[in-house]
Amino acid sequence: MTRKQRRMTIIGGSLAVLALAAALVLNALRDSIVFFSTPTMVAEKHVAPGKRFRLGGLVQPGSLQRGDNLAVTFEVADGGAKLPVAYKGILPDLFREGQGVVAEGALDANGVFKADTVLAKHDETYMPKDVADALKKQGHWKDDYGAQASGGAKPAATTAQGNPQGAVR
Amino acid sequence: MIAESGHYALVLALALALIQSIVPLIGARLRDAALMNVARSTALAQLLFVGASFVALVTLHVNSDFSVANVYENSHSMKPLLYKITGVWGNHEGSMLLWVSILALFGGLVAAFGNNLPLSLRAHVLAVQAWIASAFYLFILITSNPFLRIVNPPIEGRDLNPVLQDIGLAVHPPMLYLGYVGFSISFSFAIAALMEGRIDAAWARWVRPWTLVAWIFLTLGIAMGSYWAYYELGWGGWWFWDPVENASLMPWLAGTALLHSALVMEKRNALKVWTILLSILTFSLSLLGTFLVRSGVITSVHAFATDPTRGVFILLILCLFIGGSLSLFAGRATSLKQGGLFAPISREGALVLNNLLLTVACAVVLFGTLYPLAMEVMADFKMSVGAPFYNLTFVPLFALLLIAVPFGPMLAWKRGDLLGVTQRLLAAGVAGLVAVAIVWGWTSGGATLAPLAIGLGIFVIAGSITDIVERTGLIRLPFATAMHRARGLPRSAWGTAFAHAGLGVALIGIVCETTWNSEYIATMKQNDVAHVAGYDLKLDGLFSRQGPNFREMIAEFNVSRDGETISVMSPSKRSFTTRGSSTTEAALLTRGASQLYISLGDATAEGAIAVRIYHKPLVLMIWWGPVLMAFGGVLSLSDRRLRVGAPKPARARQRLQPAE
Repeated sequence: MTRKQRRMTIIGGSLAVLALAAALVLNALRDSIVFFSTPTMVAEKHVAPGKRFRLGGLVQPGSLQRGDNLAVTFEVADGGAKLPVAYKGILPDLFREGQGVVAEGALDANGVFKADTVLAKHDETYMPKDVADALKKQGHWKDDYGAQASGGAKPAATTAQGNPQGAVR
Repeated sequence: MIAESGHYALVLALALALIQSIVPLIGARLRDAALMNVARSTALAQLLFVGASFVALVTLHVNSDFSVANVYENSHSMKPLLYKITGVWGNHEGSMLLWVSILALFGGLVAAFGNNLPLSLRAHVLAVQAWIASAFYLFILITSNPFLRIVNPPIEGRDLNPVLQDIGLAVHPPMLYLGYVGFSISFSFAIAALMEGRIDAAWARWVRPWTLVAWIFLTLGIAMGSYWAYYELGWGGWWFWDPVENASLMPWLAGTALLHSALVMEKRNALKVWTILLSILTFSLSLLGTFLVRSGVITSVHAFATDPTRGVFILLILCLFIGGSLSLFAGRATSLKQGGLFAPISREGALVLNNLLLTVACAVVLFGTLYPLAMEVMADFKMSVGAPFYNLTFVPLFALLLIAVPFGPMLAWKRGDLLGVTQRLLAAGVAGLVAVAIVWGWTSGGATLAPLAIGLGIFVIAGSITDIVERTGLIRLPFATAMHRARGLPRSAWGTAFAHAGLGVALIGIVCETTWNSEYIATMKQNDVAHVAGYDLKLDGLFSRQGPNFREMIAEFNVSRDGETISVMSPSKRSFTTRGSSTTEAALLTRGASQLYISLGDATAEGAIAVRIYHKPLVLMIWWGPVLMAFGGVLSLSDRRLRVGAPKPARARQRLQPAE
């Protein structure tokens, strides 16, 4: 083989691998991406049952009900709309009524959000960043959410450390 | 007083770094040895002063001096001594100080052990090293000074995030930083080579050990972090494809590629430009990782700070270094002479394929990490890219790579014989197929991909063994001769075998854990028995205990199998009064490579408690794999050829050395 042919082989091989990777990524983007919604967005967009998404909002105070065998139901609200959520399993350490939550799952035929994962992914102001941003955008953000929850911590404290990024499965 | 000295030492280190950035370069331009040697003294002095600054911060934490804001926010007088020390880097400011200390450490090592480097190369390398250092000293001094005082000192501190009060914090961040920052050396060497417009095999021989050291630490750091997450977070996951984890995985992938391409360059004097580019990219990805973690664009357990000025500052550093180095590369790369021809089927060809797959896999991870951020900024909607995405993209690419792994080391340099290698790998292939059949039969159908993946893992391990057997002639030759040859084999050949086998081991662990993991979740009362994977776990009782800075509730489980008691497991739930938060301390029982895992949920009013029990088959192999890889790296590092400061072998001997 000449130098040129060798170079072409290597370039051809590289392009083949790149094309393969691009195909894999495009294929994966079609159905493995999970979008984030708030209850209001769910109501507006009429999300189809069975379509997986992440639901974020505040746990409606007084809505938490524990059933048999670790089944729980609660409502997620964002000031505009409410959505019932059903979950089975252990809730994360930081799950509290009136505070932020992110759940992953899909709507069932009755419009109940069946969550298979409840994320405890937020800092000590008990407000997941995604939820805070969504609420701010809709104008429901009250600055006292953060201040209340952090128990009067020094406001200048910038060391808001995250909590386990883990989820309950 | 200590805080002020620490601050002052840091300012002096900055001043030294600025001198080190400029003077050696002037020296190199004027060919003045004295000026070039300034780099050596300043690098060592810089290490001394940053070291002093770091020791000052540790002292403040140990003394619980709450007049310092950093100590107040992250420490507590009741905290055990170990966590007072590790708490130093359990926060943004302290961890950045650790980052620069390690950077100075590597600079100091080059200065101290770089006597056999060409003087001007050393001057250039240390100057580039000082640019990076200056940028980060400025970052610390301007945006995240750990030595700030509080006017009215409080009596008690706010304590460290309970999740971080663990031995893992003592090991994981320093290891990871040794890896991240260690790649700065290959970066500096690459920039120095571009500035000098000269690069040869000696250059690669110099870069490889440093890259290898960084790679070993990064491998161990990632594995350690994964194991820490596994036992600390309480739900048994060990990898989340969290952006922060990806931030450490990307430099690892690029660094692994760099290790292999530097090999081609050292042995065959080929792939020069590509190796330079990889050195730049690897450290750029380390910087990107620092940006993602430290800027607060991502919320996670690692994101301590969400101060926008910090993010902007690191973004500036990032653009300056990545942009600058890539422009320099674009301008100068063509002037580097290409050398070393090889056929596509050859050791070089295999290493090119390795590089191709690793960098493409790295690009896929980069895409998955940045795509949601880009979409949020540009299209204004939020989404997450998680495990399903990576399973569909990263996993197939890596599977291809693993199939190729056993072939690489057995191909000859320059022109290889693929058919011959395939014949020699036949035994390994058969071993893999037998494993597929056995696993398939044993699990009676079930998952299709899992047996195949296990077969692949066995193939990779058997392939590494085949390589060693072939080299020593264990089967062809008498045993004594084979043993003699085994002793004579270069350590790097053993290193390759161990590192590649580690990949197979980790793969088997990953597949077994994800496929045959059994899980049991329920509320249990006293004397309730849970049956998980053949084990009986009886809840003996619940009691509470007072720790140094927490209260904990412990559940005691009696673990038995076929009526025979094996052990007692006591998971607990700790509540930390100062921060008002709690952590779940899982209990682990190791049985061979498998583990039983119990973590606790909430207690109900009737004295029952929510319990999560997992049986994780062969889970430990996930971390044995990286340990094997790191061990292979250490073996390779101890190879005479690479030993730092080893006298150069005579030319004649070098020619006689087997090309492995």
